[in-house]
Amino acid sequence: MKKLLLSAGLGLCLAVSACGGSGDAKKDGEVSRVFDPFPSTYTAYPSGATLITGATVLDGKGGLIEGGSVLIEGGKITGVGADLTAPEGAATINAAGKWVTPGIIDNHSHLGAYPSPGVEAHGDGNEVSGPVTAEVWVEHSVWPQDPGFTRALAGGITSLQILPGSANLFGGRGVVLKNVPARSVQEMKFPGAPHTLKMACGENPKRVYGYGRGSFPGGAPYSRMGNVAGYRAAWIEAAEYKKKWDAFIDGEGEEPARNLELETLAGVLNGDILVHMHCYRADEMAIILDLSEEFGYRVAAFHHAVESYKIADKLAEYGTCSSMWADWWGFKMEAYDGIRENIPMVHNAGACAIVHSDSDIGIQRLNQEAAKAWSDGKRAGIDIPIEVAWQWLSLNPAKSLGIDDRTGTLEPGKMADVVVWSANPFSVYAQAEKVYIDGALMYDREDPAIQPVMDFELGQPGEGDRK
Amino acid sequence: MIRSLLLGLAALCLVPISAAQPVAIVGEKVWTGTAQGTLTNGVVVIDEGRIVSVGTGTPPAGMARVEAEWVTPGLISAFSRTGITEVTGERSANDTGAGSSPFSAALNAADGFNPDATPIAVTRLEGFTRIAVAPDARSKLFAGQGFLADTSGLPGSIFKQRAFAFLVLGERGASLSGGSRPAAWTALRGAFDDVRFFGARYMTHNDGNVLTRMDAQALMPAVKGDQLILIEARRASDLEAIMEFRQENPMLKLAIVGADEGWRVADRLAAMKIPVIIDAFSNLPTSFSQLAATSENAARLAEAGVTLAIVNLDDDSHQARLAPQIAGNAVANGLPFDEAMKALTTAPAEIFGMTGLGVLAPGARADVVAWDGDPLEVTSAPTAVFIDGVSEPMESRQTKLRDRYLSLDTSQRPLAYKH
Repeated sequence: MKKLLLSAGLGLCLAVSACGGSGDAKKDGEVSRVFDPFPSTYTAYPSGATLITGATVLDGKGGLIEGGSVLIEGGKITGVGADLTAPEGAATINAAGKWVTPGIIDNHSHLGAYPSPGVEAHGDGNEVSGPVTAEVWVEHSVWPQDPGFTRALAGGITSLQILPGSANLFGGRGVVLKNVPARSVQEMKFPGAPHTLKMACGENPKRVYGYGRGSFPGGAPYSRMGNVAGYRAAWIEAAEYKKKWDAFIDGEGEEPARNLELETLAGVLNGDILVHMHCYRADEMAIILDLSEEFGYRVAAFHHAVESYKIADKLAEYGTCSSMWADWWGFKMEAYDGIRENIPMVHNAGACAIVHSDSDIGIQRLNQEAAKAWSDGKRAGIDIPIEVAWQWLSLNPAKSLGIDDRTGTLEPGKMADVVVWSANPFSVYAQAEKVYIDGALMYDREDPAIQPVMDFELGQPGEGDRK
Repeated sequence: MIRSLLLGLAALCLVPISAAQPVAIVGEKVWTGTAQGTLTNGVVVIDEGRIVSVGTGTPPAGMARVEAEWVTPGLISAFSRTGITEVTGERSANDTGAGSSPFSAALNAADGFNPDATPIAVTRLEGFTRIAVAPDARSKLFAGQGFLADTSGLPGSIFKQRAFAFLVLGERGASLSGGSRPAAWTALRGAFDDVRFFGARYMTHNDGNVLTRMDAQALMPAVKGDQLILIEARRASDLEAIMEFRQENPMLKLAIVGADEGWRVADRLAAMKIPVIIDAFSNLPTSFSQLAATSENAARLAEAGVTLAIVNLDDDSHQARLAPQIAGNAVANGLPFDEAMKALTTAPAEIFGMTGLGVLAPGARADVVAWDGDPLEVTSAPTAVFIDGVSEPMESRQTKLRDRYLSLDTSQRPLAYKH
């Protein structure tokens, strides 16, 4: 038992459900609590059967159904098609003229960790104290009362990844949340979602540790080569740590002391923790791909990836995703080569393209960001059907987070994370009218009773106003 | 010859039209910004850098023609840093502000303008032909002098220097003044006194109560009411305080930048004829000065009759071009389409006194944009941009990067040979 417990502590458990604190894990609390001492307590909110009819349905896999229906029962999608009939007692939503899509998943947000109001006391998004802080978990910074979550909900966001900031080479663990209002972060945690690790390339780490923060000489890294040396030194240490634990589990040697930082890195080397890496420049991404081969792990997604279009072929070959903005550029040197066609060019090369926000404003309209990129691609001769492009918003981010078997498309058996839009969501005039999370209606644009108001907003000017 | 006259857009992009040549710009819809409203199958004829006629029907025979889904006046960016920074995060490439300068109100943003800056072409490609450019406040609440320019990228594109003074109140003004709103207001009133008693105060020494001699001199036209003052402020109580100040100083020409809680004081703003320049995306309590921020701010201000310009305050240098998307979202939140279009054209023209700009009207300057769809729609883009009648190149450093990397075939030669 002791060994099992310790091996779980290293993230060696195989079944994802036993790692994330969901159903199975709760039955074996001891094991799961070592790996995830802060397990998800989220359960779907009550919902009846709902049939949405007569809509243009984007199924999220690349299909479009005119006059389509989506059936939700027991919090799951149970039917998608042209001619579904409502089971007895089901609520029927006439969505003629409207569009229905899977809920949007933003895999790059700092909501809760850099919440509104952005006062000094709320600056919890980055443990800047050293270049390697793989020991911190951003979920310990998430303030569930951030009003930003509700604005994102009104924009059709049903799941999101909160990441630590990008000052550090290793910024710490990210967390995947269901976008439901809650009293604790545990009540938001996506059951069974793999843990993630934030890493960062380029200007930020060298600026923060090398020379930006005070006197010369600062610390390391001071340069991009210092960044890479820093990653490699940490991975070497992590490999040693893993070796000691592997030996101990095999019955050799003394029980090694736990080390939170190395536990996270070893979890990556075991394949249990997914790497999400902030990286703008193409040449740096190419280095990181080789680095990951050197130490035997995978990069799940490059974030910001402003220059992915320059190496889209190599990214496709490796099989990693790029999480991108539609058009941000020029705010720093490594963003200087941003172009409006980055997303469609990455897609066109056969690589995994994701639209992300990194912004409490952008997260409210990722559909519009996708629409901009989609139309700019079309003008450049890259004609992608809208129903295929929707994968940038739901399925691909779900893949990057290891939750695509549960959400990200409208398919029977999946979580009923669904958005009803007033019009084609690639229009600036479209609004998310109804947002369902696990089948429960969590936002209704027409019904103030189904619009959450966070604690912070109570008793303040603007409470309950249209946001 | 006849054929060449009927050339489509693609050809027109290859052969720039000179200002001397008359052109008929034909749109399925033409938004005029005048009492003519939106014309269906409209025709705008331009010649010699001016608009000759705006009407419907058949374009004059024998004239070069541009056809588009929509035609609008050139858009005007009412508040930006476009052209005064190349890369925001690089101090050496950023002339927006000067925290270590002993000067403040005298800092003239025009001295930092570079018409070659890449954000100029990037902004022009999205339909902006004119920009109001403001310095940023870094050392005092007085940021300095802003200017007006076109986006041609040519020398001489600034058409009005010292078009306005920019100053910052609210939380930022407080912090720049030593730590509180009272400190900011004391500095503001003290500075105005420095200007009013300029002769006496600066006869023997260089410094007044608040301003250096140069700063006081630069602020003089603003204090006299001869120059527009843009004031950044967000909270309702800050806006009220500004309106009180204006009542004490009725000669001042003011416009407010930010005004996140403007809707709460909209009637008074309208009555005092104080225009606002807002970012209509603001709907979060980002600070304690924006608690009542709402996506309906624009709609409510317009409803009350406030003159309203819409801009992107999130990234005002490289992404000023996103204002049409922001205006489109304001429409989705209740702002009438016409008001949203005015917020990008006639309203900024009115605020900055740009005569003959922001409208399609006979005699106006020929700043015209042809679009492939509704100009506020995220899937639309300009297909042709005219500034003073000149057809502008639809090219930027970004389009060149795109074209280089559209194919990644390096089997014969590196991509650096593709240019």
